Amino acid sequence: MHSERAPLGLKIAAFLGLAFLHLPILLIFVYAFTTEDKTYQWPPPGFTLKWLEVTWNRPDVWEALSLSLQVASISTCIALILGTLAAAAVSRTMFLGKEAITLLVILPIALPGIITGIALRSAFNLADISFSTLTIVLGHATFCIVVVYNNSVARFRRISASMLEASADLGANGFQTFRHILLPNIATALLAGGMLAFALSFDEVIVTTFTAGQQQTLPIWMLEELVRPRQRPVTNVVAMVVVIVTFFPILGAYYLTRGGTDISGSGK
Amino acid sequence: MELSQPRGLLDQWSDLFWRKKAILLFILLAPPLLWLGVVYIGSLLALLLQSFFSIDEFSGLVNYEFTLKTYGELFLPANYDIILRTVLMAASVSIAAAVIAFPIAYYAARYARGKMKAFFYLAVMMPLWSSYLVKVYAWKLILAKEGILNWAVEGMGASILLNAVLSLPVIGGNSLSVSYIGTFLVFLYVWLPFMILPLQASLERVPLNLIEASDDLGAEKRQTFWHITMPLALPGLIAGSIFTFSLTLGDYIIPQIVGSSRRFIGQAVYQHQGTAGNIPLAAAFAVVPILIMGFYLWMAKRKGAFDAL
Repeated sequence: MHSERAPLGLKIAAFLGLAFLHLPILLIFVYAFTTEDKTYQWPPPGFTLKWLEVTWNRPDVWEALSLSLQVASISTCIALILGTLAAAAVSRTMFLGKEAITLLVILPIALPGIITGIALRSAFNLADISFSTLTIVLGHATFCIVVVYNNSVARFRRISASMLEASADLGANGFQTFRHILLPNIATALLAGGMLAFALSFDEVIVTTFTAGQQQTLPIWMLEELVRPRQRPVTNVVAMVVVIVTFFPILGAYYLTRGGTDISGSGK
Repeated sequence: MELSQPRGLLDQWSDLFWRKKAILLFILLAPPLLWLGVVYIGSLLALLLQSFFSIDEFSGLVNYEFTLKTYGELFLPANYDIILRTVLMAASVSIAAAVIAFPIAYYAARYARGKMKAFFYLAVMMPLWSSYLVKVYAWKLILAKEGILNWAVEGMGASILLNAVLSLPVIGGNSLSVSYIGTFLVFLYVWLPFMILPLQASLERVPLNLIEASDDLGAEKRQTFWHITMPLALPGLIAGSIFTFSLTLGDYIIPQIVGSSRRFIGQAVYQHQGTAGNIPLAAAFAVVPILIMGFYLWMAKRKGAFDAL
């Protein structure tokens, strides 16, 4: 049997690479507790829990957070329905133009976000639709479809057709088969896809800058702070909270789709 | 013998779907196609259309007549520089990402097993999915003059070296956070996971018996690597570079926050559609990444990179 040890150099390079990926994010956690509030001074002169309280009492942060959660929930629901429908159609049948549909679903995420953003903005302008929560949702749902689609299409492929036929032979109609055979089988894939779509929408900023009116989602709030830093300590805390909040759906999605041959999140 | 009669409405419908697959297919496909076709493709076409209009230089209003004049403006030196600069940045980010991603992907695919494999997978997925803005923000903290990087450089007594690098023309600047090097580092950091995943996927698919056969035939490790592993990993490398390239081409936030005042395509699009109010030129600029990526995807398809996605 082939059992060799990794060359030391390779091992070091691999772990250094992983360190490069993770240290910057960990840095956020240190900065959230610094006593310095005017600069990004390192090392922090001291540590305090004060900023957690300050952030907690900020209405603008809460408003942005609530809008982000609202947008992410609605977009995820729309994406779940549309993405699953498309996945069901593509995986269960053969038809002309199947490849074109796959491409159409992937396109919103394959093209740079700025193109999706400006395209939607100019279309809303042409159609005289005023910018609101609705326009943000329209944009988000469009690029969230692909995440749900990728997860469900992988799962649909692993459901054998004989199970569905067996169900039909036993007298179930199409809806009963869907309810009792198909749904339990794709449920975890849907949940995983939904979680990733939620994380994607919750975090999106490029398309949102084009489709939002006066409202601020949490990423838009952060972007303002990045361009014109006014309240560094509050931004540090918000950044830390965002890291923690997005951590769980990703971990959850991983455990739900583990064991499959397809990588659940590779479609971002 | 009597077959079960259709009992209710649902039964009748399922029978219909069973006999006429096309109806079911239509019902499944109509909602997503309507959404993507109307909301998305419609918007894209609207954008494309606007790039064939032009702006009246005196009134600043859009002139709704078909013209290629706006596309011609892309070749003015100032605009052409923006395109060239963005493409060069995208290329260097892709190459650097490939170099850093390779050991990670190779180790994860060839040597990591069991728990270690799960660890590597999560260790790449976490940064990939964590907030884009938080990642950019983290680098703003790192690259700040009073930040950790300068502190470390000073601690090692390497300030002279850093200043020498920063005094280089074009890529240098007053400090890391306002130089191309800074922009490059942030791009590299943010898009690196997009390179690792497809690369790892293609390395996983390199058959071990090919490598053993190569060993048996007397090839040295180095020869096996360059003649067997690399050619088979190439589709993954190309697939990863599609992401890094495309994402760099379209980004306007990173160069705005970390970088010099010289603009990238994304910023040009943003400014022309926003403050400048020149939608036709913004649209024409937006078509550039589409064309570049179209060409790139076409080349990648010929090399078989889509199997690694």
